[in-house]
Amino acid sequence: MFKTLRTTLAIIFWIGVTLLFLDFTGSIHAWLGWMAKIQFLPAVLALNFAVVAVLVLLTLLFGRIYCSVICPLGITQDAVSWLRGKLKKKNRFRFSFKKENKWLRYGVLAVFVIAMVAGAGSIAAIIAPYSAYGRIVSSLVAPLYGWCNNILAAISEHYGSYAFYTHEVWMRSLPVLIIAVLSLVAIVLFAWFGGRTYCNTICPVGTVLGTISRYSIFGIRIHEDKCVSCGLCGKQCKSSCINTQTRTVDNSRCVDCFDCIGSCKSKAIDFGYRYGKKVQTETAQDSVDTGKRAFMLGTALVAGSAITKAQEFGGDGGLAPIVDKTKPERETRITPPGSVSLKHLSDHCTGCQLCVSVCPNNVLRPSSDLMHFMQPEMSFEKGYCRPECTKCSEVCPAGAILKISKEEKTAIHVGHAVVETFACLASNGENCGNCARHCPAGAIRMVENEFDPEGPRVPVVNEDRCIGCGACEYVCPVRPLSAIHVEGNSVHHDERAEVESEVING
Amino acid sequence: MDRREFLKTAGLGAAALSLAGCADKSGNAQDGITGEMEYRINPNSDDKVSLLGYGCMRWQMIKDADGNDIVDQDSVNELVDYALEHGVNYFDSAPVYLRGQSERATGIALKRHPRDSYFIATKASNFSDASLETGIAMYKASLRNFETDYLDYYLLHSLSGGEAFKKRFLDNGLLDYLLEERKAGRIRNLGFSFHGEREGFDEMMAYHDQYHWDFVQIQMNYVDWDYMETKGNRRKEANASYLYDELDKRGIPGVIMEPLLGGRLANLPDAVMDRLSAQEAGKSAASWAFRFCGTYPRILTVLSGMTYMEHLEDNLQTYCGFKSLTEKELSILDDVAKQLATYKTVDCTACQYCMPCPYGINIPGIFAHYNKCVNEGIMPDPKDDPADSEDRKAFKKARREYLLSYDRAIPTIRQADHCIGCGKCLEKCPQGIKIPQQLQRIDSYVNRLKKSR
Repeated sequence: MFKTLRTTLAIIFWIGVTLLFLDFTGSIHAWLGWMAKIQFLPAVLALNFAVVAVLVLLTLLFGRIYCSVICPLGITQDAVSWLRGKLKKKNRFRFSFKKENKWLRYGVLAVFVIAMVAGAGSIAAIIAPYSAYGRIVSSLVAPLYGWCNNILAAISEHYGSYAFYTHEVWMRSLPVLIIAVLSLVAIVLFAWFGGRTYCNTICPVGTVLGTISRYSIFGIRIHEDKCVSCGLCGKQCKSSCINTQTRTVDNSRCVDCFDCIGSCKSKAIDFGYRYGKKVQTETAQDSVDTGKRAFMLGTALVAGSAITKAQEFGGDGGLAPIVDKTKPERETRITPPGSVSLKHLSDHCTGCQLCVSVCPNNVLRPSSDLMHFMQPEMSFEKGYCRPECTKCSEVCPAGAILKISKEEKTAIHVGHAVVETFACLASNGENCGNCARHCPAGAIRMVENEFDPEGPRVPVVNEDRCIGCGACEYVCPVRPLSAIHVEGNSVHHDERAEVESEVING
Repeated sequence: MDRREFLKTAGLGAAALSLAGCADKSGNAQDGITGEMEYRINPNSDDKVSLLGYGCMRWQMIKDADGNDIVDQDSVNELVDYALEHGVNYFDSAPVYLRGQSERATGIALKRHPRDSYFIATKASNFSDASLETGIAMYKASLRNFETDYLDYYLLHSLSGGEAFKKRFLDNGLLDYLLEERKAGRIRNLGFSFHGEREGFDEMMAYHDQYHWDFVQIQMNYVDWDYMETKGNRRKEANASYLYDELDKRGIPGVIMEPLLGGRLANLPDAVMDRLSAQEAGKSAASWAFRFCGTYPRILTVLSGMTYMEHLEDNLQTYCGFKSLTEKELSILDDVAKQLATYKTVDCTACQYCMPCPYGINIPGIFAHYNKCVNEGIMPDPKDDPADSEDRKAFKKARREYLLSYDRAIPTIRQADHCIGCGKCLEKCPQGIKIPQQLQRIDSYVNRLKKSR
């Protein structure tokens, strides 16, 4: 019964969290966004004390249920481990009790915490479970999902339906892709050979919760009066935490998977109050039919045939070829509205890629720079940060991008535009003004060129008004490098705050 | 059910059958097209010209091995064969059509038939270079492309008045050369095609006594007949009724271009189409527009750029056993034209002369999508953001459909927001559409729509 409950909940959570990373329309977030927000590390970074308190309490009561039910990476490892057992029955009994490696566990945790505090959170995030899972799904599974969607989009376009629409699949960052592949390989190997080894040696969240779970009120109990010392439970324990010699369970490593309860032929194992007198179990648990609980793992992989882009209209008069835009070198990177400052983002971001996955304008992508590796940054080759969109701020579970409204967004200056006059079309005798025409803040004026008063007017940016949305950079006809580009503000200028401080000071 | 309705119904069924059996070109009786092709006699040459003329500006394009757009010669051959078989004998091309591929593709298809079974019309498209050498070279290339030693109809392409005529044909002596060719019989009929104001047409008509225009090609359809001059947002051009009367006065046969306004009269807004269907059910919108042109006796032939067999078949239904419009029907079309003027469509005929846009924008594609949405009524108005939840839902749905269909029709990098207003397209547009202004109008609509969520 416990195991059925555990697997059911785990599947629900696992699918839900995965969908959050796959659903580029952002509509699922309205319903399931909370699943990301109750993840442990994001909640800690978001200083979401309520969630942290609930998770701590949950663990103190029942042990590491979190690791088996809520953590998507943990569930993934269970799935891999289960799959190996399915392939060969013998593999199910491949485990045996191992001693806790405290030095490694707490050593890794210490390094992790130091790195986070020292501002190298982006590197630490490589081993954080939720971040790793988000990275794997958004880099490796989302493209498959996108391609499948695009097949459906092509079909629905054929029938004139708007049920599906094409979603561009593109590689946002090569280093992150490589890290994602490595993370996936490592996790699969860990689970394939060692069950929950990662969770009980490396995972910092596992170590923290494990420490609490050591003293949990309820837990797995072995009733010595019934135990026949067959050792079956120990051989099936993914956490290698059942010492069949001493008939004890290391509750700091037990993830409450309840596999052992079913494995015990003499019904000597149950889940209950750990500190009372040795309880005699009266009613025998119904043995659970594990066969029926097989669940679908992974998404159906479609042969990776790239979808040919929908044929462009016409061609009678021909279409001029267009050079793709390239990303300019920015002295200061641009971070999304709501992320307050570079420091705020670094302090809170777990690099989970949720914001990157939902950005509908293809603006956000993970940074490749080592010091803020995998944290979101903005660039405008494929679109710009549209005024009506606040998606990334809605989904961030870690408080790295704080929730803002459409109206608030117009008052947040994430950067400022800079004109390269020599490259601008106007300096080459062509009337343009496309940047000024598309600036939603009215920050660009077309003025007389001081070097050529008779010539076309040139753009001048009013930096006080510029919010750094990148519309100008996106629509600039100069390619591949736009003649106007946005430089980030290391601390976002927030008119709301300025008004407040004026009121206070003035 | 009268005879014509019966034939139409029978024809539709059979047309569907013949579609499947396109490869079999022998069948004439079972393809459902009944009645004889309507012919008009050119008083100057006694040419017996089919009222349906084949416009060779819109052949089907395919990609070659290198990804370039090339004409699908097989489909051209098939369509030309079918057209000739059903009495179409006037083929109108130009050196600039289809990026210069139209003449050769049409020539290849026609060469497979006897030279005296069709009339070739092509043009002097010397827009970019007005030198005599270029003009002559273009003319000779046309002869080569059609593998022939004479052209039946030769047009001075797209004149707007005396000024352009002088620059391109008088000052350089090209007209003298062409007049000599006409004398020698290598040009059987010499004329010009026209886009412009009344004054410009008057100037060209004044030359008639001197040069004798054998025919003139004008833009005519039931919208441009009386309402060309009152259209907003574009260069003013003469009403077709004025042009027709001027030709009629002088006995000059007229060739009609844009009888469907670039296909837009073939796909009318639902409310408008309902009116026509109430008059005579089952008739395509295009057939009304064609019958309008054919109703005027001075018209020699009505050009239609038929890309697909379905277009050709539908048109043949109209022109075989042709029936002129009655006075009452003409007045209905006049009402329809007035009604159409209330729709904010762009007068683009998808002729592609503006293309390629140096900034990669798909101008005709954007206009086609916009017009389609206007006609189908998918134009959510971001201003009246409805409070009522039912209306709100409908607005959201329409908004989604509009934006998604826009992205589907035009890749984002070729959309209207990339127009910088350089204006290079302006002079190329024979319809005088203020293209940058229209693109910016559409872009700002899209932007407002995107913001309203």
